[in-house]
Amino acid sequence: MLKKLLGSAALLALLASPAAADKVKIGFVTTLTTPAAVIGKDMRDAVDLAVEHIGGKMSGLDVEIIYADDEFNSQKGKQATERLILSDNVDIVAGYIWSNVLLASAPVVLNEGKILISANAGPAQLAGAQCHENFFNIAWQNDQTPMAMGELLNQVGVESIYLVAPNYAAGQNMVAGVERTFKGKIIGKDMTVWPSQRDWSAELSKIKAAKPDGVFTFYPGPAGPAFIKQYQQAGLSGEVPLYSVFTLDSISLPLFQKANMEAVLGTKMTQFWAPDMDNEANRKFVADFQAKYGRYPSYFAAQSYDSIMYIKSAIEAVKGDVLDTDGMRVALEKADFPSVRGPFRMGNNHFPIQNFYERTVVTDDNGDWTTAVGRVILKDHQDPYASQCKMP
Amino acid sequence: MDYVLLTEQVLNGFQLGIILFLMAAGLTLVFGIMDLVNLAHGSLFMIGAFVGGTIALLTGSFVLGVLLMIPAMLVIGIVVEMTTLRTLYPRDHLDQVLATFGLILFFNEAVRLIWGPEGLVVPLPSWLDGVVALGFGITYPVYRIFTIIVGLLVAFGLYLLVGKTRIGMLIRAGASNRTMAGALGVNIPKLFTLVFGIGAVLAGLAGLIITPITQAAIGMGEDVLILAFVVIVVGGIGSIRGAFIASIVTGLIDTLGRSFLDDILLFFMPSNAAESAGPAVSSMLIYILMAAILFFRPQGLFPPKGAGG
Repeated sequence: MLKKLLGSAALLALLASPAAADKVKIGFVTTLTTPAAVIGKDMRDAVDLAVEHIGGKMSGLDVEIIYADDEFNSQKGKQATERLILSDNVDIVAGYIWSNVLLASAPVVLNEGKILISANAGPAQLAGAQCHENFFNIAWQNDQTPMAMGELLNQVGVESIYLVAPNYAAGQNMVAGVERTFKGKIIGKDMTVWPSQRDWSAELSKIKAAKPDGVFTFYPGPAGPAFIKQYQQAGLSGEVPLYSVFTLDSISLPLFQKANMEAVLGTKMTQFWAPDMDNEANRKFVADFQAKYGRYPSYFAAQSYDSIMYIKSAIEAVKGDVLDTDGMRVALEKADFPSVRGPFRMGNNHFPIQNFYERTVVTDDNGDWTTAVGRVILKDHQDPYASQCKMP
Repeated sequence: MDYVLLTEQVLNGFQLGIILFLMAAGLTLVFGIMDLVNLAHGSLFMIGAFVGGTIALLTGSFVLGVLLMIPAMLVIGIVVEMTTLRTLYPRDHLDQVLATFGLILFFNEAVRLIWGPEGLVVPLPSWLDGVVALGFGITYPVYRIFTIIVGLLVAFGLYLLVGKTRIGMLIRAGASNRTMAGALGVNIPKLFTLVFGIGAVLAGLAGLIITPITQAAIGMGEDVLILAFVVIVVGGIGSIRGAFIASIVTGLIDTLGRSFLDDILLFFMPSNAAESAGPAVSSMLIYILMAAILFFRPQGLFPPKGAGG
């Protein structure tokens, strides 16, 4: 009898602990179809490079990355996340470009008690009241980069600004960020239909009539080049300087160069990272990325590369025991890994406290268009929502 | 009221209307005359942009891109019609929707394979770049004026083709009574192939014309297609004249709504609410128009003469 009981107990124990962890399974959600797939491709290339750099292993375990496509749509992104959790049974979920996709998908991962790492999206909700002990962001909170931009505008003496951004979670955060720090006058603000609107004739005419000192914009992905092209065609590029965040990057600049649109050279933006930042991790990342793919990595790529290195630091801290969520969480809060942005620390809401720099579009030694990092605009900056975050 | 801004916005609305017209003209011909629901019309818009854009980049001449795109799209349109759509005419509309939806997936994937996911940026020749002064302090991009002129020329050409030529007569005859026209010796299948080819050229032209403004991207036709369906429903299915007028009206409503609605809403609500309600309501305006037309005049504003069931 006792033997039987022991036997069944052992059997139950076997059932309870899912197949002994012989590898680390990471689900990576990004956009692999639709025109925005160019971003997903850049992120996937960076993740592949990171896996190559660590020899395909974390703490001696094989790493398996399962890519999932959000189809640039929050519902599809949520379904992709559900598949990762329920059928692929991944240990950690990472990725997410779009704030609206992340907001829809986060509960799926967090309700399962698993760790979620955003490699791009940083919506205000998850940084503030809805922060979660198992949610980490390895990029930035949406408001931070435009807050740096507002400060940059103050420093260069812009007195009036016109804001144009898409009407969705991130677009609203970007505009709010500039409004937070910019001390001059906001003389116009247009929130456009996202993602379908690709012609800004009406908004550009309004800008022309308003005659601002500068225009601030945020159009990630393929919408960015279209906006800037129309800005030039409307005759605004020589008249009103354009300031942007997350709009000109290593994905769009080659397209501009191919089309010979020199108006973007000298354009200023703010960012936490740039391809020419001088630290060991970044030199290796950028050089190997260029050698492997023949182009500059974008900030999306930098963040994706960092997210794999970040996960590695956590897996190593728990010596490969992927079920030790508490242990991994402690390691993730330390953020002790060589980031391509240089040293930074994690805030109480699990968003980075880091520097933001001025970046300018320049021509590199080979004649390719890229961005060069300039002075620090915001030092050790924490997002404005952190104080609303009450973690257990 | 700022008259310079108002004039510019009217021009913007007109220009959007012209693009819609190029798209809707082909759609209304195919839907009205051949009784075929072609969801893949948006794909033809995209193919025109990629094919014409590639020719323009290779030859270094945008005009050459436009001129060579026309025969290319005619051939593509005819091939699609003969290989896929021909078998669908006697079938139910639902079958046509399903099959042409399949075509959308096919074309999107084909473009991804050939051109990659990043799309195509087509630069403008220097004489089309920049702005021109129209007097009274109004400046307007040269290229957008060029679009308006091309669109008006096409509209006039279509008017001549359908109204004054023998082919046009056959098209009208086929539209009003297919069986009778066939009995009188009109080669209906050949006529349909030609109509579809013309529709493909118009869609391709619209796609290529918009490319220097928005750039060519996979799936670029789908959003325009929805607007084009609104236009042909408002204008009356099968009517070129209706499509033209409805396109311009839709373009103007959409653009003027986007530019002035949030200012107007400010009279009724606090600025925060107006800021977020403005874009939402202005993107609804044209659908409200469509709903109103369907309610009061379900056959559309200008239904073609003699078009029966």
